[in-house]
Amino acid sequence: MSICNFFLSMLATALLQPENLDRILADLPIEADWIGLRWVKAIDRIRSARDGVPQTNGNSINSGVMVEVIVNEQIGYGATNLLTPAGIAAAAQAAHQQATATSKYHVHPWSIAQRPQTIGNYQSAQSGSLDSLSVAAIDELLIKICRSLKVSDQIVQTRAMVNTKEIETFYVSSNGSNIYQQVQLLVSDYGATAQAGNITQTRSNGGMSSHCYQGGWDYFDHPSLWARVQQIGTQAVELLTAQECPNTTTTLVLDPDQMLLQIHESIGHPLEIDRILGDERNYAGGSFIKPSDFGNLTYGSPLMNVTFDPTVSDEFASYGFDDSGTVAKREYLIQNGQLLRGLGGADSQARSGLPGVSCSRACDWNRPPIDRMANINLEPGDASFEEVIGQVESGIYMESNRSWSIDDRRHKFQFGCEYARRIENGQLTETLRNPNYRDITPKFWGNLVAVGNAETWKTYGSPYCGKGEPNQMIWVGHGSPVAAFANVEVFGGN
Amino acid sequence: MSFNTKMFAGFQQLAVDLRSAVTTEECFVLTLSGEDSLFTRFNCSQVRQSGTVRDVRCTLKLFKDGRTCWQKFPCTGEVEIDRLQAQQALADLRGQITQISPDPYLVLPTGQEHSVSDRSGELLSADAAAATILAAVQGLDFTGLYAAGVNLRGYADRNGQEHWFSADTFTLDYSLFTSDGQAVKGAYAGAVWDTEKYQQQIDRSRQQLARLQQAPKSIQRGKYRTYLAPAAVADLVDMLAWGGVSEADLQQGQSSLAPLRDGNYLSSLFSVTEDFTSGMVPRFNQMGEVAVDRLPLIAKGKLVNTLVSSRSAREYSKAANGANDQESPRSPVVATGTLAQEQILAELGTGLYLSNVHYLNWSDRQSGRVTGMTRYACFWVEDGEIVAPIENLRFDASLYDFWGDDLLAVTNFSEYIATMDSYGGRSLGGSWVPGMLIQDFTYTL
Repeated sequence: MSICNFFLSMLATALLQPENLDRILADLPIEADWIGLRWVKAIDRIRSARDGVPQTNGNSINSGVMVEVIVNEQIGYGATNLLTPAGIAAAAQAAHQQATATSKYHVHPWSIAQRPQTIGNYQSAQSGSLDSLSVAAIDELLIKICRSLKVSDQIVQTRAMVNTKEIETFYVSSNGSNIYQQVQLLVSDYGATAQAGNITQTRSNGGMSSHCYQGGWDYFDHPSLWARVQQIGTQAVELLTAQECPNTTTTLVLDPDQMLLQIHESIGHPLEIDRILGDERNYAGGSFIKPSDFGNLTYGSPLMNVTFDPTVSDEFASYGFDDSGTVAKREYLIQNGQLLRGLGGADSQARSGLPGVSCSRACDWNRPPIDRMANINLEPGDASFEEVIGQVESGIYMESNRSWSIDDRRHKFQFGCEYARRIENGQLTETLRNPNYRDITPKFWGNLVAVGNAETWKTYGSPYCGKGEPNQMIWVGHGSPVAAFANVEVFGGN
Repeated sequence: MSFNTKMFAGFQQLAVDLRSAVTTEECFVLTLSGEDSLFTRFNCSQVRQSGTVRDVRCTLKLFKDGRTCWQKFPCTGEVEIDRLQAQQALADLRGQITQISPDPYLVLPTGQEHSVSDRSGELLSADAAAATILAAVQGLDFTGLYAAGVNLRGYADRNGQEHWFSADTFTLDYSLFTSDGQAVKGAYAGAVWDTEKYQQQIDRSRQQLARLQQAPKSIQRGKYRTYLAPAAVADLVDMLAWGGVSEADLQQGQSSLAPLRDGNYLSSLFSVTEDFTSGMVPRFNQMGEVAVDRLPLIAKGKLVNTLVSSRSAREYSKAANGANDQESPRSPVVATGTLAQEQILAELGTGLYLSNVHYLNWSDRQSGRVTGMTRYACFWVEDGEIVAPIENLRFDASLYDFWGDDLLAVTNFSEYIATMDSYGGRSLGGSWVPGMLIQDFTYTL
């Protein structure tokens, strides 16, 4: 070892390690009513190809500490990636300074009650190590997918992507919490664009980055991969000559890969208690839900049963504890169409007095926890796919989101899909392109007329749920069966 | 030593180290992005959350034998710590690069330019920020985010090319609400905090809020003559960054502007230029290439240039023009017209006045159709007089209409709409946009 390398090694040992977080907490040079440290270490790998050529091959190594401090009934935070005693001490002092400077303006008298003592571990249920595929093997796989998607000369673009993330979170607090969590996330996407004259159509594997799981390569490189790749390429070409989706009001049947977006936008976000309390009014928006609606409002038809469930083993946003230290557990948000509880963590529950769930989440070490979705699922009913379609005399079946927009109170939405089929006399018939639909949230869910059984239930997710000031992009999971809605306005492209 | 000075010195040292470490067959690009920021979040004229974030990250991109890969790692300004991270990144990349297929369109950095831009400012102290901001909004339902601090961007490569950009900036993005939930949106942004100017800004918002005291009017779906204020136009212009003026998107069937390549035109009143003369954002991109001061994109309705990265240039045999990897506008300026502020309501006559729009998305990208919602202070106007605020409406309209034959007039003034995004880190820059009067804007729900 050279002198230079020896010197560097010595310095490296001066860096703190997350395993010693409780010692770091004890040594902080501040006095406070409560102090919490959350150290997040993450390795994020993204690899993609377009038209059979490598597009992106990158790794992000990330590590930093969030210090939260309660002083004078106010909470402040300081975040740093300088993981030395001096660096973390400076972050703690900044957090203390902000809590002190803003204490007379607090929205709630913060106390230790919002940061319960919790001790425990959580680890993703893993179906295999992410190291089991080499960089070369992933490169080859993505390029092969691109080539296989090009089923015709009319295919003008093909693409494939896979993103893995390993996140470790260490959390300790001055009231004795000590939590370690390790999650392993996998996101994949591929698709093809076909063109004929001035008509262009894109088809993907379930919409943008919808295949999101906690687990290993089994969720991507599975036996049905190549048949699905072939189908995606073929459907992109098929859409070029398909009829436009008609402009009409009819029965709409949604595949689980579109239900993920429908649940996310028109159930998840409006039930976030921080939105109801007004925190998001300047950015993401408020909610049409009022505090008095919990326990009283009929949100949808009696077929509607929605759970907050961070305990599904392979679903994208499962965890054992949220970032305020609350133990994660399954709860009904809506049961038989009745609104029961909201998506509010310990902070929002204390502020509102409403029943909530363990959903105080931060997207990274550099952001404080706020109310977020985790896994929000529509529970299965008892109809098979054939029975759901079979009861529709005339309607439209849609798959795979491609467009989404909803108002700031989560009322008026308009969503578009990649692929649709007409339903005639209980049968799927011709393919339709440019399918869109629009409606108003309570009316839409009130018209839920059929819910598929467990065999139709699939889990998806998104790595791109945006919210918060400063902004936070976080991962969420959504499971759903196929579902049918009456009297929905559908329409096509120009 | 200031944070900026320390980070700059550390970054330069990393570049020196890497130049010594790479072999003759290897090339590298090192970029840096980071901030040291205060974020204070308000709700109901109180502080919801307040804290600081010090977060800087470097990205090392390695090139060898027609292949490339990159690794991002934390950067602290402590050279000894960062040097270890850079060495580990280089070792990791060397282990991976041979496993990746060659990229036939790979481009290596070739520039020789150097630039340093340090834009210091005068920001509120962390101790005083909340008190100063809240003093002006007593009695109001005020919500929003104050974000302030230094933003850093750096570039260095094997050839010795280097760029550095640092800027002290603040943004106060806020809303004021009436008791029944109607709101006005406001923003105060810059590099030098001026409490008197801030108070004037709040006073203007307070006056706008007074117009929202009456019950909102429900508007039936249909086509209405519409005035889009600059903030609303800015959101529509943002759509050009997503399936718009990117050369790669046009080539790959992903752009809404493909018809403009086929001889179609927008209104001669509509022009957009990528304009870096304000200096609000770095002119250098991820390859160290420096964009020209002004690049017209749409001139009098005609698509005259697209944004072309060096990779797209190689793939599609075009000339690169300093675009970033995403080929998205970084500093768009929309040309002004002749409509004076005092003539807006009279020229609108009867129709809708939209201060802001919300949650835009392509509803049919190939036909340029955009959907979104009205938000904040939007009004029904009759015979040139504001009658009432409106209940939120969904619109679904094609840019080939609202920037085409339906574009009646453009204001003779423009406003700077600062980018407020902070996903991952605080964004830089914004757009200069005027207001626009539209003949028939389509509302659907």
